[in-house]
Amino acid sequence: MTVFGPDTTGDLVAVVADAGAAGRRLDLRGGGSKRAVGAPVPDADILDMTGFSGVVDYDPAELVLTVGAGTPLAQIETLLAENGQMLAFDPFDHGPIWGAAVGAATIGGIIAAGVGGSRRLSAGGVRDHLLGFTGGSGRGEFFVAGAKVVKNVTGYDLSKLVCGSWGRLVALCEVTLKVMPCPQFVLTLALPGQSLEAAVASMSAALGSQAGVAAAAYLPGAERAEAITALRLEGFEPSVRARLAILQKLFGGEVLRDAAGGAIWERLRTLSPSGETGALWRISIPAKGCAGLVAALKPRGPYLVDWAGGLVWLNYEGPPDALRQAAEAAGGHALLLRAGEATRAVVPALHPQPQPLALLEARVRRAFDPAGVFETGRFGRIPPAN
Amino acid sequence: MPAPDLAVIARRGDIARALRAIVPGEGVIDDPDALRPYESDGLTAYRQPPMLVVLPQTTEQVARILAWCHAQGVKVVPRGSGTSLSGGALPLADAVLLGLSRLNRVLEVDYDERIVVAQPGVTNLAITRAVEERGFYYAPDPSSQIACSIGGNVAENSGGVHCLKYGLTTNNVLGVEFVTMAGEVLRIGGRSLDPAGLDLLGVIVGSEGLLGVVTEVTLRILPAPEMARALLIGFATVEGAGQCVAEVIAAGIIPAGMEMMDRPAIHAAEAFVQVGYPLDVEALLIVELDGPEAECDHLIGAVEAIARANGAVSVRASQDEAQRVAFWAGRKAAFPAVGCISPDYYCMDGTIPRRRLPEVLERMAALSAQYGLGVANVFHAGDGNLHPLILYDANQPGQLERAEAFGSDILRLCVEVGGVLTGEHGVGVEKRDLMPVMYTEVDLAHQQRVKCAFDPLLLLNPGKVFPTLHRCAELGRMHVHHGRLPFPGLPRF
Repeated sequence: MTVFGPDTTGDLVAVVADAGAAGRRLDLRGGGSKRAVGAPVPDADILDMTGFSGVVDYDPAELVLTVGAGTPLAQIETLLAENGQMLAFDPFDHGPIWGAAVGAATIGGIIAAGVGGSRRLSAGGVRDHLLGFTGGSGRGEFFVAGAKVVKNVTGYDLSKLVCGSWGRLVALCEVTLKVMPCPQFVLTLALPGQSLEAAVASMSAALGSQAGVAAAAYLPGAERAEAITALRLEGFEPSVRARLAILQKLFGGEVLRDAAGGAIWERLRTLSPSGETGALWRISIPAKGCAGLVAALKPRGPYLVDWAGGLVWLNYEGPPDALRQAAEAAGGHALLLRAGEATRAVVPALHPQPQPLALLEARVRRAFDPAGVFETGRFGRIPPAN
Repeated sequence: MPAPDLAVIARRGDIARALRAIVPGEGVIDDPDALRPYESDGLTAYRQPPMLVVLPQTTEQVARILAWCHAQGVKVVPRGSGTSLSGGALPLADAVLLGLSRLNRVLEVDYDERIVVAQPGVTNLAITRAVEERGFYYAPDPSSQIACSIGGNVAENSGGVHCLKYGLTTNNVLGVEFVTMAGEVLRIGGRSLDPAGLDLLGVIVGSEGLLGVVTEVTLRILPAPEMARALLIGFATVEGAGQCVAEVIAAGIIPAGMEMMDRPAIHAAEAFVQVGYPLDVEALLIVELDGPEAECDHLIGAVEAIARANGAVSVRASQDEAQRVAFWAGRKAAFPAVGCISPDYYCMDGTIPRRRLPEVLERMAALSAQYGLGVANVFHAGDGNLHPLILYDANQPGQLERAEAFGSDILRLCVEVGGVLTGEHGVGVEKRDLMPVMYTEVDLAHQQRVKCAFDPLLLLNPGKVFPTLHRCAELGRMHVHHGRLPFPGLPRF
């Protein structure tokens, strides 16, 4: 295993082209915070992208930020916070999921893994905030996609395609993101003691109201802790107060400010208390199916529900197929985020796609990477052509 | 456009018979007079009657039509309502025009999940009409929303005044049923927020009908805001208006809409609708705030203060719904208003970084003098999307060509200052040949290979978006030796 660490686009494409010519595989890596996702690939060489780091262009009034893909998320968040801005899709560092400290995650890794936090519900995901990129495709060619302005329909929207592609299409060099102003006032309305079913109904009613809910999550009860349904409001204070009145009229509830409210959302950012070992699944479903899914899987450990019921984080040691079938039956799909090596070697991290779609996806993967330089097998083998 | 295939045209009668076997009755049109209405879309400078029109009523018919055409090597041009401003639905002499207007039902409304499932021929406005009784609406609102179809919106990634706050079509679509050129019916996306695999939906939205035919769309709907209020603000200089926009955004305010008009556009609009726009200003801003009443009132005050600090010479806040609608009336009628002061106009659609606006308007004025053609500007100021309307008279020899050359120069200028060729109207036929201004051949080849993954025979909507039609086999070759491009480090945004 060799580690390549190019820091110019010329070196990058040379590394990729050489690997393609030699039939070697490159496992793309930013900060390595998510390197334990997917099947182990001990034979692949590593393409370390942290050489592409730093701020390229940032004009707060344009609400646009261009950085090297290897720039640490923490550095970006600090810079934006100094200017009263943020990445509205709420990206978070996955390090704590494996017991590591935060700080390693890079923006390129966030994009490649399609990471979005609680505010993804109202503000959209990383796909809705990536405006453009430059990078080296698996062909060993440097290219540009998208642009540096917020409104653009010139050509195919390749930025969407790289979000959640897990490093299989393009090694990202520079990324341009839409940024948003930080809310001036935030509060959380907590509804204690609801069942998951009742919580999903409350969250649906809240989102169907004019309260403009920014985030909605459910933390099930545990020993000495009551279940909490949490509704977050953000904006200018008079507006948040008016919205709060709408929600209180519907539900009553307890208003949490500052640290008390923040603690709830921090649990969703760090996925506490999912522990540091054991199989951890991320299930994306229509909210309607949420309560039934959790009931069917009978998780013995803790779980977390975000996106008003559209996202479930679950510790589950049962048969993966049973979980995936339950997710599909509810109209969704499941990502195996954390598991032991032996499990990851046989259970694909990404939810398998139905055949015609899998073949189309394979053709798109080959379009960017005909020699399969980035197809290490970490996210499944590419189906054969035709 | 690609040269018509005469052998295909010679088989026109056989093709019509085969399509009638799939779509019986009135669903296949081959009478030359009846084909006329389909000869252009909203970009009327380009006209070409289609070889045939077929109007299926079911997904299954769409799949059979595409599979048959695929097997026979017959090109297909999809069309929604035909309101494209970039020639996206321009027919070809040797292609079947596939009209989706008969797939026009709203299939499902789910208020708990805030979702509408609709067929592609449903109009944009009809989505909102279907859910407004329960207080919901569909946010993207292209100006043609009375007529334009939701399938067309998906193809073009349509925007509208409200997309500053609520996003474009791509941010409001959760899933599609989609038929490939080979006739395969696929479901992409669904009702969950994230896709299971690659985000193919993201590349299908805005693909201008080149990747497949959408036969069903799952959309996100939102609760309608409690109220909306608008400010009408006049400025003595464009710089003042531009600075006001920047400071509103910097203050953390994302208005529901923020529109700018320059002096010629203000005068044309006021002459047309007479709603009391100030005529002694160089720039007019309309800023709309929506939400609970307390929020609207708070933000109206905040924006008004920013406007005055930036030298606004007139500020009016709407006091009721009628007044808010009146403030918008001139802006919404800007295109027909300009149509009244000029025999013809040509609408452009570039986006620029907002900070470059004064410079771009100044250079546009110089180009206007150079070409001897007037220009009026309406501008989605919040997101930097310019709509210069070039005034010309098609009956004067050479003016159309001059208008097109002027328009190309404006778009080159947009790219030069860090912007793009099209913010919401699409590339289509119109801006196809300008694509190399923004993208290199290598950049474009990476896009075209996505096309090859979906439609390797290049039968679906050919001649649009890409300036040169490379065969897929040719694109598949590796042209770069040892990965060393000339000047690989050169920034090319």
